[in-house]
Amino acid sequence: MANREDRFQGVDYYNIDDLLTEEHKLIRDTARAWVKKEVTPIIEEAYEKAEFPRHLIKGLAEIGAFGPYIPEEYGGAGLDQISYGLIMQELERGDSGLRSTASVQSSLVMYPIYAYGSEEQRKKYLPKLAAGDMIGCFGLTEPDHGSNPGGMVTNFKDAGDHVILNGAKMWISNAPFADIAVVWAKNEEGRIHGLIVERGMEGFSTPTMHGKWSLRASDTGELVFSNVKVPKANILPGKSGLGAPLGCLDSARYGISWGAIGAAMDCYDSALRYAKERQQFGKPIAAFQLQQKKLAEMVTEITKAQLLVFRLGQLKNQGKATSAQISMAKRNSVEIAIEIARESRQIFGGMGITNEYPIMRHMMNLESVITYEGTHDIHLLITGLDITGESAFS
Amino acid sequence: MNILVCISKAPDTTSKITFKDGDTKFNEDGVQFIVNPYDEWYALVRALELKEANGGKVTIISVGTADYEPIMRKALAIGADEAFRVDSEASDAYQVAAEIANYISSNSFDLVLTGKETINYNGSQVGGMIAAIIDSPYASHATKLEVNGSTAMVERDKQGGVEVLELTLPAVISAAKGMAEQRIPNMRGIMAARSKPLTVVPASVTETLTETIKFSLPPAKGDVKLVDPENMTELINLLHNEAKAI
Ligand SMILES: Cc1cc2nc3c(=O)[nH]c(=O)nc-3n(C[C@H](O)[C@H](O)[C@H](O)COP(=O)(O)OP(=O)(O)OC[C@H]3O[C@@H](n4cnc5c(N)ncnc54)[C@H](O)[C@@H]3O)c2cc1C
Repeated sequence: MANREDRFQGVDYYNIDDLLTEEHKLIRDTARAWVKKEVTPIIEEAYEKAEFPRHLIKGLAEIGAFGPYIPEEYGGAGLDQISYGLIMQELERGDSGLRSTASVQSSLVMYPIYAYGSEEQRKKYLPKLAAGDMIGCFGLTEPDHGSNPGGMVTNFKDAGDHVILNGAKMWISNAPFADIAVVWAKNEEGRIHGLIVERGMEGFSTPTMHGKWSLRASDTGELVFSNVKVPKANILPGKSGLGAPLGCLDSARYGISWGAIGAAMDCYDSALRYAKERQQFGKPIAAFQLQQKKLAEMVTEITKAQLLVFRLGQLKNQGKATSAQISMAKRNSVEIAIEIARESRQIFGGMGITNEYPIMRHMMNLESVITYEGTHDIHLLITGLDITGESAFS
Repeated sequence: MNILVCISKAPDTTSKITFKDGDTKFNEDGVQFIVNPYDEWYALVRALELKEANGGKVTIISVGTADYEPIMRKALAIGADEAFRVDSEASDAYQVAAEIANYISSNSFDLVLTGKETINYNGSQVGGMIAAIIDSPYASHATKLEVNGSTAMVERDKQGGVEVLELTLPAVISAAKGMAEQRIPNMRGIMAARSKPLTVVPASVTETLTETIKFSLPPAKGDVKLVDPENMTELINLLHNEAKAI
């Protein structure tokens, strides 16, 4: 595997650092240093072997990647949304799979337990999840219900002090090794509720999905429920209906809108350095107009995206960010990242297709990121609905 | 065990270096500062290891203006217990050493650690000067440090070997690569650093012993000359007459 030195430097063309607090910068630089030390040396091999590097879970917890905005009394770090975004940016600069694990744990497992859970549920799960002693996954998507999760068929029936859960979820990040799953299922009236399903409950299995060309350093699996007895105490009491899982997605999508910029920065930073060092026709390829066009457009798009997510972070801190605003940022960040990965791959010529450089890995990862948490199309339709008042979904 | 670690700031290694005030001052505009790596990776981390093994307290001190505080917070996040900033622009090694020595004389420490040098000024002077002013033993460029009761065992790299020294505490030691391994702060540390005390102490020393006349950058690297591998005479000619290397 590539034993390259990680010379990544952040991209800050518009002095956005001046908008950050000293603590923001310390948190970001800590995550960056951790990625350089722990992730860069092993990620290409993990990707090739299609293995999630589980030994990094403790380290992820230590840098605050699990529930950074969850209050300290539940084991979180009580940080603001910009800190959360910066951590996601740095993790995805390392690898989207790693960031996915942190997103799922923070926004799709800890957030619903914190926002919709009972005090007992919060106390039972959150500190362990924050410390990385417990890993969670989030089951919304089903084989026949992806973009349209409201059509889900997974369901539960009342059976006294517990419910009986049946159905299957697909494409679930972290499923193969998760200790708990936050599962969305319909009750007998067809209303969606969140249930905490624990590994070991009878009738619950998590087969691994194989053959992914994208997000290979993240484990993806199914959740299969066959007459699983789930105690009623495991049902999230605070919120029901499709809005409940969508609230989690808002938080995760917000993190992705920062994260994808991290992948874009890594591609741009690598390509810029390579273009200055690689000589052809007697000069660095960075001296050719065609390469400059690519690099100049990349830094422009990164800068625009950074300003967008920074403002979104401020709105989120004030509790004012709308789902539609988050959709716009997620869609934009992933789009520019995938474009930058493709353009920077060309700057590397043949070297760009190898694992000597992170480009192809980011490019392939971003194909998942552009699809999960709402596809590229769906986010466009959300913006469309928001500005026209007309739903074009169905 | 009471340990004082001297912490300086240094420009990030990717910074563009320029000067101002007639080339007598480093131009800090747009420069990102980090904790001087020798102070952070070796002196501070070794101090924390000694505290973890023997109990006690790790205090950090910096001589500098308010813009030092972010790097001091980082040192607190890594694990130092308390910080003091002597509110004065660092002008030369003597002034910095005298300020720190003043602070030491009104407090008591078993061990004072510095980095072997800052990566920007490379003076390697502050530790030795502190030791001289407070009249303590001093070992420089230590690659290993063990403490046993009231003695410190220090190893230093020598040309082709290692020197082992024993010093009676209190002592001043400057830390080189090898003394410890870099620690990345964790979130608990960053959170704890918010409430750790960072006290500003008024300056007491105005005297400096040196004055900078001029800084200059190394000459720009010239183009590479390619010499045909068969043409040894030209290579020798160039090395002798042009590069004056042989
Ligand atoms: C690696 C990976 C990890 C994942 N992790 C999780 C997880 O942890 N938990 C979880 O619940 N899910 C997870 N997902 C699932 C993911 O959220 C879904 O794949 C996604 O929502 C899309 O669903 P689908 O794959 O069924 O595609 P479909 O919904 O079938 O979409 C297929 C295509 O049709 C388009 N389309 C659909 N509806 C419309 C419409 N109304 N108008 C126009 N175009 C439309 C889509 O944009 C897309 O291009 C993961 C997916 C991947 C790839």
